[in-house]
Amino acid sequence: MELVQQLVNGISLGSIYALIALGYTMVYGIVKLINFAHGDVFMVGSFMGFYSITILDLSFFPALVLTMAACALFGVAIERIAYKPLRNATRIAALITAIGVSLLIEYGVIYFRGAQPEAYPGDVLPKETISLFGLSVSSQSIFILGVSVALMILLQFIVHKTKIGKAMRAVSHDADAARLMGINVNNTISATFAIGSALAGAAGVIFGTYYIKIEPLMGIIPGLKAFVAAVLGGIGIIPGAMVGGLLLGVIEALVSALGYSLWRDGAAFVVLILILIFLPSGLFGKNVREKV
Amino acid sequence: MLRVEEINVYYGNIQALKDVSLEINQGEIVTLIGANGAGKSTLLKTISGLLKPKQGQVIYEGRNIAGKAAQAIVKMGISHVPEGRRVFANMTVEENLDLGAYLRKDKAGIREDAEKVYGLFPRLLERRKQHSGTLSGGEQQMLAMGRALMARPRLLVLDEPSMGLAPLLVKTIFRIIEEINAAGTTILLVEQNAHMALSIASRAYVLETGRVVLSGTPDELNASEKVKMAYLGGH
Ligand SMILES: Nc1ncnc2c1ncn2[C@@H]1O[C@H](COP(=O)(O)OP(=O)(O)OP(=O)(O)O)[C@@H](O)[C@H]1O
Ligand SMILES: [Mg+2]
Repeated sequence: MELVQQLVNGISLGSIYALIALGYTMVYGIVKLINFAHGDVFMVGSFMGFYSITILDLSFFPALVLTMAACALFGVAIERIAYKPLRNATRIAALITAIGVSLLIEYGVIYFRGAQPEAYPGDVLPKETISLFGLSVSSQSIFILGVSVALMILLQFIVHKTKIGKAMRAVSHDADAARLMGINVNNTISATFAIGSALAGAAGVIFGTYYIKIEPLMGIIPGLKAFVAAVLGGIGIIPGAMVGGLLLGVIEALVSALGYSLWRDGAAFVVLILILIFLPSGLFGKNVREKV
Repeated sequence: MLRVEEINVYYGNIQALKDVSLEINQGEIVTLIGANGAGKSTLLKTISGLLKPKQGQVIYEGRNIAGKAAQAIVKMGISHVPEGRRVFANMTVEENLDLGAYLRKDKAGIREDAEKVYGLFPRLLERRKQHSGTLSGGEQQMLAMGRALMARPRLLVLDEPSMGLAPLLVKTIFRIIEEINAAGTTILLVEQNAHMALSIASRAYVLETGRVVLSGTPDELNASEKVKMAYLGGH
């Protein structure tokens, strides 16, 4: 029974990783940039959700939608201000800029509101134990999983069925060929940042309602782990990010369940090292070695 | 229809086109021949808006389009089939064709044009649901052309459509280019296969290291010793 609850916890945590990993992977797919500020968008989303719930007195879903919209704009602003001018610069210049943006957001938040943590109200979501197929699991875990899965289905719909989604796939495959179709590449890149950032914002709100405590540096570790998840699934591949996130969450939960909870964070990086050695393109990637 | 006036195009400090001028009249097939690295693709990219000329103008239907964004130029009716096909390998044939019509909103017209493309290239119809990355080189060329036609261009710009194709397939592609032209689309064709290109062209230009060195009707070029030596294998 204990193990089942741990597994469910792992899946919930994994779905948060997956939501963040999607933004990493989409942005990488389209501009070949590891956006290290992405974990901080998650953090900002968490705070926006907190303020929407406590100050604006919103319930969960309105807070989620508001935060997603605000994070979408935030992501576009980051892209337009920091990354777009470097579109033709070397990859390392863009990477260093991303790290700079990350620090700027973290310490910007600390500057404006201080470094002290904040606690989400405990009653945002009903907390009950429900029994499912004779097993008892917390309703919150199920709820989080449901919201995450719904968002991922929505994303798949956008990417495969809408015009902007088709443009995103075209640009990520070949930007010049996309231009020749009449696709506005800059707008498509902005849309990708918007969608990725909205998902990270959603992950922030979900994280806050589930784990309660939030603080300005909270984006670093989940951000890194989501990055691992994206690499695990195959960077640039959307279903890969989803599976990679869930898998990483489950691996961590199992490591905890086996009594090695102190090793939990390390597990993610062991996974990263193993993938880089044995499956450099990830689970869903074409595993041919790429020259870098 | 299109007049390129003394354009200079650079990659960084390297000048790829030097005072290049060229004219295309409505209904023509104009071909541009030249050795590797002469600047043929550079000229096409400048016309379709992927590159900006440093000096000079590209006048299309009375307006200077030099330096305009590629998407604006597609909208004005110029479609460019790039060298190496550049199909979206991660998408199906059908999705590639849809992307060709990206700027259009007339659903009925789009469907009609897709039927036309499938009529022109029956192979694509058979492979409609197949990922384009798994198509053969010839099929990819057909797809790249079909995709460009989906924008309903008035000027179709083709960059080495015969590259890497078996002789029989080259013939087919050239026959289809003539069909497209006969149906009212003006064509600018870049080719290394000068023989074939001259056989269907109304007029031709020869580009050499970034300059136009010769132009005229196919007969005039066929008669030129220089062209014979350099591009027609000396026969
Ligand atoms: N992206 C680039 N950066 C720098 N130089 C380039 C670039 N693209 C082309 N060039 C140079 O510009 C010149 C013209 O190239 P272009 O591709 O237009 O030639 P081409 O006539 O199309 O040749 P090919 O028949 O091989 O396709 C060449 O010297 C080439 O090396
Ligand atoms: Mg070329």
